[in-house]
Amino acid sequence: MFIIIGIMFTGVAIGYLFKNLSFLRNTEKTISYTIILLLFILGLSIGSNKLIIDNLAAFGWQAAVIALSATCGSILASWMTLKLFFKKGGKR
Amino acid sequence: MKGSLIVLCFFIAGCMLGTTNLLPSGIQESHLSTYILYALMLQVGISIGSNPNLKAIIRQIRWKFLLIPLATVTGTLLFSACASLLLTQWSVFDCMAVGSGFAYYSLSSILITQLKEASLGVQLAAELGTIALLANIFREMIALLGTPLLVRYFGKLAPISAAGVNSMDVVLPMISQFSGKDMIPIAIFHGILIDLSVPVFVSLFCRL
Repeated sequence: MFIIIGIMFTGVAIGYLFKNLSFLRNTEKTISYTIILLLFILGLSIGSNKLIIDNLAAFGWQAAVIALSATCGSILASWMTLKLFFKKGGKR
Repeated sequence: MKGSLIVLCFFIAGCMLGTTNLLPSGIQESHLSTYILYALMLQVGISIGSNPNLKAIIRQIRWKFLLIPLATVTGTLLFSACASLLLTQWSVFDCMAVGSGFAYYSLSSILITQLKEASLGVQLAAELGTIALLANIFREMIALLGTPLLVRYFGKLAPISAAGVNSMDVVLPMISQFSGKDMIPIAIFHGILIDLSVPVFVSLFCRL
């Protein structure tokens, strides 16, 4: 985790120092390509993982129940937080 | 939305290619995905650093931003506990342990498999670990693919909470695009705090 944060701050420093270089402003495009690649690789490792593929039918629905309820819970809680603490007093 | 569908297509293509045995076996052991994640974070960093409004964004950081990770944790744990009503073979705390992976599938599944071995036995512990792995991968996919819809219906904080630990890496570009660039520091801050909380909560609920 600290490596990841360290790399990101290195990027922040590079971006800040060289913000006049035009090719550094195309990060939005390259970021989306990188995400596509990352998820493709994640797919590869899931697909070739026998443990996951063989158990998908048996455990998949249980995992889906927990994932859906956990995600919904956090979405509702953050929605309430937005309404209660961030919308009052107009836009920040 | 189109971007999400492209990502989903590539993910599914990856899964399908993975199930065939066409690939050289070395791909699993090489830390390819880790290096791609590093490349992603470097680019995210560059995009933050070269943002002309960087100083204004940093000045907007407030104490109340702590409420967002708090909301993520509260909502997740409460609703994970509710999920145990449907999953009768697992206890409330088992479900909460799975939920408190906060989309950190690698760490949470390993922790659960190891920590639950003593109380559940090897077989059941491995099953719960697999459920944790799948559930937290699903959560990452929901956040990654659903961000445009989440922002539209539940506001700009929703994808940050849904993403859990991934609000600071994989989902961060989506959050920046749909919730706004001013959400970047909040998302990173949120990701770091949730990241630190995963081992704490998972081991807590595994012992209860």
